[in-house]
Amino acid sequence: MTTQTRKLMKGNEALCHAAIDAGCLCFFGYPITPQNQVPEYLSALMPKHGRVFVQAESEVAAINMVYGAAATGVRAMTSSSSPGISLKQEGISYIAGAELPCVIINVQRGGPGLGNIAPAQSDYFQATRGGGHGDYRTLVLAPASVQEMYDLTRDAFDLADKYRNPVMVMADAILGQMMEPIAITRPPLPLPEPHAWGTRGTRKGCRTLVNSLYIMPSELEAVNQRMQEKYARMGREDTRWEETATEGADVVLVAYGSAARVCRTTMDILAAEGVKVGLFRPITLYPYPSDALRRVGEQTKLLFTVELSAGQMVEDVRLALEGRCPIGFYGRMGGVVPTPEEVADAVRAKLAGV
Amino acid sequence: MTTTLCTDEQVFGRSAGLTEARMHYCPGCTHGLIHRLVAETLEELDVLDRTVGVCPVGCAVFAYDYFNIDMIQASHGRAPAVATGAKRAVPDAVVFTYQGDGDLASIGMAEIVHAAARGEKITVVFINNSLYGMTGGQMAPTTLVGQATTTSPLGRDPGLAGYPIRVSELLATLDGAVYITRQAVGSPKAVQATKRALRTAFQVQLDGKGFSLVEILSSCPTWWGQSPREALTWTETGMAAQYPLGVVKDTTGSGTE
Ligand SMILES: Cc1ncc(C[n+]2csc(CCOP(=O)(O)OP(=O)(O)O)c2C)c(N)n1
Ligand code: SF4
Repeated sequence: MTTQTRKLMKGNEALCHAAIDAGCLCFFGYPITPQNQVPEYLSALMPKHGRVFVQAESEVAAINMVYGAAATGVRAMTSSSSPGISLKQEGISYIAGAELPCVIINVQRGGPGLGNIAPAQSDYFQATRGGGHGDYRTLVLAPASVQEMYDLTRDAFDLADKYRNPVMVMADAILGQMMEPIAITRPPLPLPEPHAWGTRGTRKGCRTLVNSLYIMPSELEAVNQRMQEKYARMGREDTRWEETATEGADVVLVAYGSAARVCRTTMDILAAEGVKVGLFRPITLYPYPSDALRRVGEQTKLLFTVELSAGQMVEDVRLALEGRCPIGFYGRMGGVVPTPEEVADAVRAKLAGV
Repeated sequence: MTTTLCTDEQVFGRSAGLTEARMHYCPGCTHGLIHRLVAETLEELDVLDRTVGVCPVGCAVFAYDYFNIDMIQASHGRAPAVATGAKRAVPDAVVFTYQGDGDLASIGMAEIVHAAARGEKITVVFINNSLYGMTGGQMAPTTLVGQATTTSPLGRDPGLAGYPIRVSELLATLDGAVYITRQAVGSPKAVQATKRALRTAFQVQLDGKGFSLVEILSSCPTWWGQSPREALTWTETGMAAQYPLGVVKDTTGSGTE
């Protein structure tokens, strides 16, 4: 018997509890809708647990505070929404370049520009292609429920430490704002011992440098090569996805996060009409579950990608399949969330032509 | 009577706070001298083993090779935010930033103002050489009216490019700033005063009193087009006329210099 307790909470609140339970010592944030609950909750929670909360003067400052805290070998996090994540990009590149662990939350909203505060998935390119300058990658986790807002944020800290790399949790306005019951089964971690490599003062004559500057191109290339090996290892060891009824399906919907939630109802609609329909849900957006998706695609008539964007993840779907299977796409932009029926219509139309 | 003079007795040496690395600064540049003063101060305060330095983007970017302590290299202008993160994570550490005037007073103005306003218990060593050294002598917010730089070739024209910012006076208006002083290193006397100021600034941090900053008028003979000697003199004449030397703010209550 588990003694798990179920609690009703917002996605934004769940990830705050995950940060506390993961032993996150420092949080640095800045207000922006729809992630405001995160700095609000943590401004109370962190001091209550003897941790650090600072409301930074900007997202730029917040990510650089994360850089400074992470350099000392402790767990650190920041959160924001799309425009704020854009501002953080130089800092994320530095953190990746210096190979420090940290967790970055993006509760995405509509764009470009100031856009709006409605749910969107239009920061996919930014999150998975680097976003900032240089040949770096962030490991990107995509929750699709409040439960996963908790679970994946907790995992994000472990993965960040495992790879000494920034890990991004890609949520959106729906996941941040909606309430669902969650079960917290893992006991909270005590504050981890700071990493031995942290800049906390010299030890036995050894000093630590946190740096991403390598003037010699050959040296910087070697650093990059080592980082590329790390990214390849992420792909081998930590690629995650979920498959629902993909076995023997004629059409498999491919969607992550809130779009995958819409697709679950679309599946019910189509299944009721006798369509054999499955769902492939990437949980890591980087590394992308290309191999698993290729296996699924090779055995189905149609892969149909659904996104809250003009079509960003669909590029990874095409790259994974390399023409082996027809690929359909339906996307809505600007914070519009399609109804399951609208998605079903789009699937039916595409199926008719396959 | 005979007197034995021990010629092998070392009377002066490199501070333990500096590595053996050869500095890359131009001849006559006072970045190196200021490094030495900072290192000696940390050594004298006996805090080298618990100090974390944050170096900037600018000519001092390689300071992580020169200070014999834990160092973090920050992105352009963000050193005060990086230092905030480090200090909050390790409150027992002595944390300082070392920043140029382009870094601190232009791109990093928000970070320095807010670190001071929050009263972050960090020490800032602010190198004012009135231009961007590393990128080729361009105009900085601190460039004097009329001063020629590579982006104000006819001299800084206030009608086009505004007026120099007096950073120390600006930050002194903030309650979180406890000790702010402007010093120079153009003469032995000035060097001694700067050393004392650095000691006070770090002591403010050790006492947990709040934010401290030492602005130092520093030479850039390369981009000023001056000889090293002329450049040293200019810091205490031309520059000091715009940027008066001395304590700008001291609320430590200990009547420091
Ligand atoms: C985001 C960003 N913008 C611009 C630069 C280019 N850059 C490097 S050093 C520097 C100026 C540094 O000048 P200052 O802070 O006055 O220091 P000094 O070199 O004079 O010591 C600039 C603009 C950069 N590295 N990063
Ligand atoms: S360019 Fe100027 S500031 Fe930079 S090292 Fe040379 S003299 Fe010093």
